[in-house]
Amino acid sequence: MSVADFAFYLFALTTVVGGFFTVMARHPVHSVLWLITAFIGATGLFVLLGAEFVAMLLMIVYVGAVAVLFLFVVMMLDVDFAALKAEMSKSLPLALLIGVILLMELGTIFGVWQFADGAEAARVAVTPALDVAHNTEALGQILYTQYILLFQLAGLILLVAMIGAIVLTLRHRTNVKRQNVMAQMHRDPAKAMEIIDVKPGQGL
Amino acid sequence: MVGLEHYLAVGAALFVIGIFGLFLNRKNVIILLMSIELMLLSVNINLVAFSSYLGDLTGQVFTLFVLTVAAAEAAIGLAILVSFFRNRGTIAVEDVNVMKG
Repeated sequence: MSVADFAFYLFALTTVVGGFFTVMARHPVHSVLWLITAFIGATGLFVLLGAEFVAMLLMIVYVGAVAVLFLFVVMMLDVDFAALKAEMSKSLPLALLIGVILLMELGTIFGVWQFADGAEAARVAVTPALDVAHNTEALGQILYTQYILLFQLAGLILLVAMIGAIVLTLRHRTNVKRQNVMAQMHRDPAKAMEIIDVKPGQGL
Repeated sequence: MVGLEHYLAVGAALFVIGIFGLFLNRKNVIILLMSIELMLLSVNINLVAFSSYLGDLTGQVFTLFVLTVAAAEAAIGLAILVSFFRNRGTIAVEDVNVMKG
């Protein structure tokens, strides 16, 4: 078994085990940590496949942002997770049934399919050889030309998501003192202070 | 020698785990969202594996867009969850019945 094969099995096992314990873990914080494990395994798989850019993107976006967002929310919400977990055993048979059926369905197509004859000719953006352009460069070449509209729309989706998340979670509390910028700017010295001539030994 | 089918098997296993998690944790919306993330990850693994073995970069471009949508979905989903928890004090799915749907 070569090093690459060993790495594949290591990362594949990490991904699947991480995914499994994500859904099985007793506490959501553990779930998020297992989710991070699964993402790191998937990152390794992507590197093995020669998709370094997507791998690093997965690391930064998923592990760095999405997983930490989940962690924030899990820790912020004060929920009795034990009560939610108690119901889990009730839905276990149904979940197992559906999982096994789906796995069998996916298993039936394992190994019996093949690439179509015209698949090689139908490629839209052929991967250039490594000495011509590395993965990131090649992706950039088509992302900023052929797929520029989709790229911009992806940015728009992220913008809308950001605005939506802020609008959904923003709340103005009434009993909190806030800075009133207009009031601050409209203060004038005559109303704000007074010069008093204090006589020695007399005080005010 | 590791072939395309090995990667597809990992993707299929992860997808099934995602579905399994959806049905197993029907109460807990946070785990539901994580299961959806797992399923999207398995789709990404499939796309990148095909892209790599066919020699077509389009699959990886598509993976970028799936990643974008997944990030947006997680942000919006968690924001809805936080505001729902603030109003109702629970995150159980069957308590989400304000609209009588």
